[in-house]
Amino acid sequence: MKREAKTKKAVQVAIVGGGIIGTLTARELSRYQLDVLLLEKEAEVGWGTTKANSGIVHAGIHEDPGTLKAKYCFPGNQMFPRLCEELDVSFKQTGILVVALAEEEMDMVHMYYQRGLERGVPVRLLSREEVLAQEPNLSEDVVGSVFAPEGGAVMPFELAAAAMENAVANGAELMTESPVIGAWVEGEKKYLETPTHIIEADVVINAAGLFADEIARMFGDDYFRILPRKGEEYLFDLELAGLVNSIIFPVPASKISKGILVIHTADGNIMIGPTSDNVPAKDDLGTTYSGFERIFSETRRLVPGLDPRKVITQFAGLRAASDRGDFIIEFSPNVPGLLHLAGIESPGLTAAPAIAADVPKMLEEQGFKLTPKENFQPRREGVVRFRQLSRKEQDELIRQNPAYGRMVCRCETVTEAEIVDAIRRGARTLDGVKFRTRAGAGRCQSGFCQPVIMEILSRELGIPAEQVSKRGAGSEQVKYEAKELLGKGVS
Amino acid sequence: MRKLEVDVAIIGGGPAGLAAALAAHDQGAAEVLIIERNHELGGILQQCIHHGFGLHRFKAELTGPEYAQRFINELKDTDIKVLLETMVLEVTKDRTIYAVNSREGMLEISAKAIVLAMGCRERTRGALRIPGKRPAGIFSAGTAQRYMNIDGYIPGRKAVILGSGDIGLIMARRLTLEGAKVEAVVEILPYAAGLARNVVQCLEDFDIPLHLESTVTEIHGDDRLEAVTIAKVDENWRPIPGTEQKIECDTLLLSVGLIPENELSSGAGVELDPVTNGPKVDDTLMTSIPGVFACGNVLHVHDLVDNVSKEAERAGAFAAQYALDKLPAPPRRIKVEAGENIRYVVPHEISLERPVEFFMRVQRPEADVYLDLGGLRRVKKPFVRPSEMLDITLSVEQLSKLEGDTLRVRIVSGKEAGVDA
Ligand SMILES: Cc1cc2nc3c(=O)[nH]c(=O)nc-3n(C[C@H](O)[C@H](O)[C@H](O)COP(=O)(O)OP(=O)(O)OC[C@H]3O[C@@H](n4cnc5c(N)ncnc54)[C@H](O)[C@@H]3O)c2cc1C
Repeated sequence: MKREAKTKKAVQVAIVGGGIIGTLTARELSRYQLDVLLLEKEAEVGWGTTKANSGIVHAGIHEDPGTLKAKYCFPGNQMFPRLCEELDVSFKQTGILVVALAEEEMDMVHMYYQRGLERGVPVRLLSREEVLAQEPNLSEDVVGSVFAPEGGAVMPFELAAAAMENAVANGAELMTESPVIGAWVEGEKKYLETPTHIIEADVVINAAGLFADEIARMFGDDYFRILPRKGEEYLFDLELAGLVNSIIFPVPASKISKGILVIHTADGNIMIGPTSDNVPAKDDLGTTYSGFERIFSETRRLVPGLDPRKVITQFAGLRAASDRGDFIIEFSPNVPGLLHLAGIESPGLTAAPAIAADVPKMLEEQGFKLTPKENFQPRREGVVRFRQLSRKEQDELIRQNPAYGRMVCRCETVTEAEIVDAIRRGARTLDGVKFRTRAGAGRCQSGFCQPVIMEILSRELGIPAEQVSKRGAGSEQVKYEAKELLGKGVS
Repeated sequence: MRKLEVDVAIIGGGPAGLAAALAAHDQGAAEVLIIERNHELGGILQQCIHHGFGLHRFKAELTGPEYAQRFINELKDTDIKVLLETMVLEVTKDRTIYAVNSREGMLEISAKAIVLAMGCRERTRGALRIPGKRPAGIFSAGTAQRYMNIDGYIPGRKAVILGSGDIGLIMARRLTLEGAKVEAVVEILPYAAGLARNVVQCLEDFDIPLHLESTVTEIHGDDRLEAVTIAKVDENWRPIPGTEQKIECDTLLLSVGLIPENELSSGAGVELDPVTNGPKVDDTLMTSIPGVFACGNVLHVHDLVDNVSKEAERAGAFAAQYALDKLPAPPRRIKVEAGENIRYVVPHEISLERPVEFFMRVQRPEADVYLDLGGLRRVKKPFVRPSEMLDITLSVEQLSKLEGDTLRVRIVSGKEAGVDA
């Protein structure tokens, strides 16, 4: 489409990127009387690094002093209980253990403990016996540990989707399938170009994750680089639930990563990972043999009972590490009104609520007047999770809405009504439904329910099944109707 | 909550559940109930529109739906009750079943006996840990089969099939007949995993290449699958560097094994066999929980539906006897052990009170051997293969000669055996 033919639209604040940073920022700004628009290139929010990470709400003891990571991590952690309650998102304060498997590792354990004390992070030192009492399946080699009870796990995609839904309910606007492909400044105004629109904005917030350097460069603002660093993760069958009760870190061997961990996810599965490998490409999301081997050899030192045969799925995510080695949270020195929230690598998920809460302050410091909305509604309409209800509640629910009596995903006990609700809230694809409801996320990995979910998506969205995709245009699952290929001579 | 009481409740209305229900009814159980989550009976057979079912039982080459229909028709002449679109959520030790459907909400069903007949599911990509990206276009073979045969969609035009299990072989032919191209079937073992007749009829007859001792080592494509890399493997199943070959395709089907669906069983506390992933059963097909029986693919994965029906009839009949208080606990219990080159044997325990039909699989292929049942019976076998289940019966008279309290099943070489009993 020619630039002249594109629809023009003016807003006060445009956010580029609907990851956890962009969506929580949109929600924070929706507290004020502002026109806020979020542009996301994918079919749904949360599909960048936000959907493919460890889901840990870090305690705030790993970050080096003096970094922005340290500045935002612990405050972010402290915001989670309320945030997840308001947005009705799965969050579990499982606690975090850093365990020493040899005497010489105890120095680091003491260092984390001291750091915790200095930062006001609740921490305790645990003896070998105490750790083993708390985590009986831990290696016999454990020597001691530091425990941070307020660390935990969240479903990160759920949080991003919920934050966006709440922001929209409070007046923010979302445009999906809207990649920013061009950007420029004219006078006081900034312009963003998508395949269909030209957006004019007073403030542009760059929350484009891995691509934040490219967005900056479109504005001619070329002063940092984003370097993708891959992390692979392996998720186990719920059968292994309870093997560990908290999130278990080793004492890291290097300064770059926190090591490979055993994670108790917010949904109760056990997950292990991540690796930490610099990769050249921003789309290198493949898992590898070597990643698998390293993850298992490392984590089985911690928890010997991890059985590779019980893995149900695997994935990789890319950390958007900046060439500064720290978050970049600042107004551009070159383009007035361009705010970078970039280089948000781990513990970015944990830090996100605190970073987002700082954005209104940063705007005010630049002279923007923000007027709070009187009718801001912090709570998202609650989500029904059929599997978590009592038999009696389930019975009553089916009487109100028979679609709760139609079981779609047998592995995770997800009903048709929950899927329809997820679509109403913004799910557009098979992955979108899966991440919101868990339908298809279980041990059969959607083998049984995918055709049914496809039918529901097709019906609710009014599109043919051949247009229902895994995660947006180009990823359709079934490509042809019966007999369509006959006589076409595939070669 | 609606409450129901029945004599025999059967969970699953596939071939196993259907045969079990009919047999329970024939044994005189008054209230027999089948609970099925789908909107029709027949289970996985309804999507198996190829023929080859019923050769043993009906001496006819039926399609899956035809085979199922014979049982469904028989059911119509009985007062067996069927609850369709009803999902069992929980089974308890004391034989209470919680199930939901959209018409009645939550049901609490107390049963004097229960037959578990939930079938199996397919092993996934995650379980294999195939490296690479996660594009659309990767299906388990059964899911693709359902898309094609029930919903009327073709997944793609160029396919690779990983695993030479029967469903994969059948799907290779099915895709070809629909005008798609099957570039390769890739199998990690040195021999095909499916039935020999399927290798001939589904691959050889259509010139589809079968790559043995090979596997998929990488998946390519961001949105939709674009290609897979396959490679030869060594004896430890590790890819051999330098043997990689990239095959362009938009579809990958996985036919890499079936796993009995025992979430309900283990929830109830039924003891499982780690080899079959199914319940441990005795010669009445009763599990470790009194009054709870199992049959069909939930017990162990069968390769012929005829065997499923046979096994299920016994489970149904014994369940009815249990419900009618006509199945006393046996005085003696004999353990059945898997010996040389036997991967598993079902049942796991016998009583000497009745003839027993044993089902078993070998660990590796062998030629010119004998199948030996505790020295009580010995049968010559020109070939044994893991893909073909062995099936043999011992009469009460043969069993009566057993000494000790274990019965060891093993494969012995022709030389060692000498005689053919
Ligand atoms: C393996 C791994 C494990 C991790 N574990 C943890 C953890 O346990 N705890 C923790 O706190 N942190 C963790 N992190 C870090 C955390 O995941 C990230 O810090 C966080 O998700 C970053 O969010 P984001 O919004 O900045 O980026 P993203 O989620 O990547 O969001 C950026 C968004 O911008 C969109 N976008 C990009 N370009 C454009 C464009 N041109 N136009 C429009 N939209 C665009 C993208 O589609 C995407 O949706 C982990 C990271 C990895 C990789």
